[in-house]
Amino acid sequence: MKRVGVFICHCGTNIAHTVDCEKVAKTAAEFPHVVFSTDYKYMCSEPGQMVIKNAIKEHKLDRIVVASCSPRMHEPTFRKCMESAGLNPYLMEMANIREHCSWVHPDKEKGTEKAIDLVKMAVAKVVKNTPLTRSSIPIHKRALVIGGGIAGIQAALDIADAGYVVDIVEKEPSIGGRMAQVDKTFPTLDCSACILTPKMVDAAQHPNINLVTYSEIEKVEGYVGNFEVTIRHKARSVDVSKCTGCGTCWEKCPTKVASEFELGLGTRKAIYTPFPQAVPNKPVIDRDNCRYFKTGKCMVCQKLCPTGAVDYTQEDQLETIRYGAIVVATGFDLFDHSVYGEYGYGKYPDVITGLQFERLINASGPTAGKIKRPSDHKEPKTIVFIKCVGSRDEAKGKPYCSKTCCMYTAKHATLVKEKIKDSQAIVFYMDVRTPGKNYEEFYQRAVDEYGVQYVRGRVSKIYQKGDKLIVKGEDTLLGKQVEVEADMVVLATAMVARSDAGDLARKVGFSYDQHDFFTEAHPKLRPVETHTAGVYLAGACQGPKDIPDSVSQASAAAAKVCGLLSKNEMATEPIISAVNESICSGCGLCISICPYKAIDLKTITERVHGKMLERQVAAVNSGLCQGCGACTVACRSSALNLRGFTNEQILAEVDALCL
Amino acid sequence: MKLAYYPGCSLSTTGIEYNMSTLAVARTLGLDLWEIPEWNCCGASSAHLTNHLLALALPARNLAIAEEAGLDVAVPCAACFARFKATEAAVKDSAETRATIEEVIGRKYEAKYTVKSLLDVFVNTVGLSQIKTLVNRPLEGLKVAPYYGCLLVRPHKITQFDDPEDPVTIDQIMSAIGAEPVYWGYKTECCGAAHPTVVPEVGLKMLKSIYQGARDAGADCIVTACPLCLTNLDMRQKEVGEQNNTQYNLPVFYFTELVGLALGHDPHTLGIDKHFVDALAFLKNKGFLNPVQNRRDSE
Amino acid sequence: MLKNLEEVRVFMERINLTPGLAQAKPIRDSLKEHCGTDVGRCYQCGKCTAGCPVAFAMDYTPREIVRLLQLGLKEEALKSKTIWLCATCDTCSTRCPREVEPAKLMEGLRQEAKAKGLVADKRLDLFNDLFLQLVEKYGRVHEMGLILKFNLLSAQPLKDAGHGPGMFLKGKINPLPHTIKDNGEVKQIFARVRALGGEGK
Ligand SMILES: Cc1cc2nc3c(=O)[nH]c(=O)nc-3n(C[C@H](O)[C@H](O)[C@H](O)COP(=O)(O)OP(=O)(O)OC[C@H]3O[C@@H](n4cnc5c(N)ncnc54)[C@H](O)[C@@H]3O)c2cc1C
Ligand code: SF4
Ligand code: SF4
Ligand code: SF4
Ligand code: SF4
Repeated sequence: MKRVGVFICHCGTNIAHTVDCEKVAKTAAEFPHVVFSTDYKYMCSEPGQMVIKNAIKEHKLDRIVVASCSPRMHEPTFRKCMESAGLNPYLMEMANIREHCSWVHPDKEKGTEKAIDLVKMAVAKVVKNTPLTRSSIPIHKRALVIGGGIAGIQAALDIADAGYVVDIVEKEPSIGGRMAQVDKTFPTLDCSACILTPKMVDAAQHPNINLVTYSEIEKVEGYVGNFEVTIRHKARSVDVSKCTGCGTCWEKCPTKVASEFELGLGTRKAIYTPFPQAVPNKPVIDRDNCRYFKTGKCMVCQKLCPTGAVDYTQEDQLETIRYGAIVVATGFDLFDHSVYGEYGYGKYPDVITGLQFERLINASGPTAGKIKRPSDHKEPKTIVFIKCVGSRDEAKGKPYCSKTCCMYTAKHATLVKEKIKDSQAIVFYMDVRTPGKNYEEFYQRAVDEYGVQYVRGRVSKIYQKGDKLIVKGEDTLLGKQVEVEADMVVLATAMVARSDAGDLARKVGFSYDQHDFFTEAHPKLRPVETHTAGVYLAGACQGPKDIPDSVSQASAAAAKVCGLLSKNEMATEPIISAVNESICSGCGLCISICPYKAIDLKTITERVHGKMLERQVAAVNSGLCQGCGACTVACRSSALNLRGFTNEQILAEVDALCL
Repeated sequence: MKLAYYPGCSLSTTGIEYNMSTLAVARTLGLDLWEIPEWNCCGASSAHLTNHLLALALPARNLAIAEEAGLDVAVPCAACFARFKATEAAVKDSAETRATIEEVIGRKYEAKYTVKSLLDVFVNTVGLSQIKTLVNRPLEGLKVAPYYGCLLVRPHKITQFDDPEDPVTIDQIMSAIGAEPVYWGYKTECCGAAHPTVVPEVGLKMLKSIYQGARDAGADCIVTACPLCLTNLDMRQKEVGEQNNTQYNLPVFYFTELVGLALGHDPHTLGIDKHFVDALAFLKNKGFLNPVQNRRDSE
Repeated sequence: MLKNLEEVRVFMERINLTPGLAQAKPIRDSLKEHCGTDVGRCYQCGKCTAGCPVAFAMDYTPREIVRLLQLGLKEEALKSKTIWLCATCDTCSTRCPREVEPAKLMEGLRQEAKAKGLVADKRLDLFNDLFLQLVEKYGRVHEMGLILKFNLLSAQPLKDAGHGPGMFLKGKINPLPHTIKDNGEVKQIFARVRALGGEGK
């Protein structure tokens, strides 16, 4: 005979104002197997838990139902409470009579009725519960950081400082990310390189950090604590162990191509490092453009390299490494403004993006820090900035706010006024969003001290007239059409996900949103975790972020990683799928359904009519299974069952409600 | 290639040269234009501004007649084109609207065939390369400001033709006949429609910015595909110039006139003598009226 | 009639928002139904107005018309000259980042203003009426006749008269109205539209 106890929580008045808790408790006392039932103001509080523990002892309860808030809130609390009362924690069920009942129903009578139903179902289920035990998996104490921007670098430094080995896999020849392209940083206007370069060097010299540049993730298998990651080292055509970074090769290489780092405003050679402070300061050959790879002739770099480091025969190499945890920090791209016909479809040379502007004012940029417009290299006197291009635009762009552009536009306008004294900087804006420490003050300085002119309105049209750009807008504060004859226009284009973000997420096995930004496990309470155990997020790959936010998130992700790696093994949730091998037909349907790649086929031998036969059945990897239950629904022979949510348990709930 | 042809009211009065040049050029390009018999006015913007159903029904009657003949419809006038397209879209969109319209016009109309602007027919049915091969008087050195106005390209969802912000079909045709299209910011600005007549204090200002734009871009003349635009731009030019103490001297052409000229037609056959801003003298100055071999009109 | 454009913006008294806001939701809903566009989505960026070729002459800019509607001040919008000055060029709708279609609102408001007798600029309304009268009568429109008649009725008989002879000589004006042989069918269309509740004047 099962002995069930029922505990109804008032949650202050949260539940009690629409549910008659006393009545629920009284009614529940009559349900089959229930030997004790009570209500209490706050079940989760110390005294509340004492009520439960005492009742377990006094009434010899062997399982309980707590009717209160969502299990997402307090399931761990009550499980612990069970454990300390000497019961298996999985012999506890929660009925959610807050989020699913009192918060959504106004009518007390009906609310009470529904609460009774919910409790009835939970009682029916808990009667069928069996004790479950957690198992444990070992943890491999090495971390992988994907993406070597400021977020990736920070996460790696923190993890490494805690004593764990960490590899940064970066697809470009150098780490640094977007921050390396930025000139000065708001809100302090300190030079980006001055604060970034030391960090890059720290990362390169840290005994626990390996920089794996010009490399990409090929494949990820395994699970938390035990990821098996295959990395593709792209052929650099330069032997990094020999190369000293002297620069002879890229000085002498005859092939010039548009530089990605300079966003088309400058050039680089076919053998190149992306920028002068690159880390590692060792070049790669861009084989698509190299004369030797195209025509078989040239070899200038090889001939001139004093250490004989140039090696045209290198090939891509694959390497598989085991990691306990992964931090994804792949950053962002910029929205392609060529969808805006009204702004010239990206065809006007002097309509540039904010990031291009960063390169134009950077001392080591293509113009050596002099603001010159791309078309004729003249110094522009009137510069128009347009904010929210591609952001907050459902018609042609993204619905979200990109968060950083208000601030960097204020920065750009300030720098224009600082560098060109007789200039006009005009910012067309819809809102000025400055929620950050010292941000509003920074913006106000741009207006008060530097004389940047802000005009509230979205620009409707830009067109080229002679060597001027005519910018047409409305000053919505005045209710009048306005027009500016500008020399250059800078668009604050939206921050968007990297074009390969979705691919990477699928490879590693975590989720992303409709804009391809990576999804955190909980928007408020688990902002750096993903739904996949052992995979964490840092920086702008999770959503638009500035440097302070990216760095904070990176350190937070590092703390999570260290927490994980500090253990030798970790307990796994027992609520996972289990295969009844005797009825599994081995069809494999579940394999394609499982979003966590947790199911494989394995071969078993069994005795049939005295003969030993081999056949295939599904096998669930307990490290990977997240207990989502998708497979159990897909299985045609009902061979899969989710522990803690078995078909029998769920049917008992349904019966309790309907019969 | 046979197409139903809807000239519309303008092309028999103020835009008569658009009709003349279209018919002349069509012959040379091998287009068989079958004029919709007993066509009626599409209602233009007046019906559109006044009554939704009427605005759909008036074009529908013409479309129904073309549909009975089993032909796609070529529409030279941008204003008519916009109304026709709106009707076509409405009928495709909703069976209910279709039923109401059919009831009102007393004919069957299922939008089985496509309404095309004449520009579309030139670029996509005839093809630029075909036009190019037939040119025997390339208009080299003629700097034209291609002017599309609103109705050809907007709303894009309905007209489904060319780009709403930077249309290029007139530009392409002009390049094909050897002329040089200039880039300017007023390609798709509104000419004011009835405003220059009805609310001149507003309409004439709208025209002024267009003249100014064409002049600033270094154009010799303006090319359009709409009789309403042409009438406004041509007829009001002197007046607007006087108001602003200037002379714009920008002849305004239908694209068919310039194509006709390049194909070797006689300017009078094309109706080029019918403009307010003296287009004949302008062309003569440019040397485009010298006799050419293979004059088309003798064919 | 507009005498002095600069005088268009009159001083406005302080508006009591409460009565208007009580109407805002039903107004928004009915505009959604009748014009197929949702004024609630507008975030007042001004892109519509920035590109409008007529905004310079309007008493309320297109953005301000949307604002009036958001605040439930539809009466004010119906009385505006803006809705009559709008040239239906659709630039605003094409560029609106929130997919609001001000051009459709103008169209809807015009029809409603006419029904309520609130026509702020009689000229455009008169022109449209004359135009449609011709279509109903002759099946086609005789443009110069229309213009001359309009000028006569709008009390500016000599305006554009100068263009007449030029047109005539160039063969652009046909002295007789164009007509189609049997205009019964077009007359029927007008009659049926009227019967279906449309004004179709
Ligand atoms: C014009 C402009 C100006 C700005 N100015 C400022 C400022 O003044 N102050 C401020 O606080 N913020 C500023 N920001 C924001 C700042 O750039 C970002 O906050 C910061 O760069 C985010 O860092 P991150 O490491 O998340 O991403 P990123 O800098 O984008 O770095 C991501 C890295 O991951 C690598 N990567 C991407 N995909 C892969 C892959 N599949 N495999 C391996 N590696 C990969 C990339 O190559 C890159 O190195 C500005 C942004 C812009 C656009
Ligand atoms: S071999 Fe290629 S990379 Fe080397 S110098 Fe020649 S072009 Fe440059
Ligand atoms: S941060 Fe500012 S500029 Fe950027 S999208 Fe948001 S509001 Fe627009
Ligand atoms: S463009 Fe659209 S969102 Fe912007 S003010 Fe106009 S209607 Fe509103
Ligand atoms: S449709 Fe009307 S309101 Fe919109 S841009 Fe054109 S004239 Fe202005």
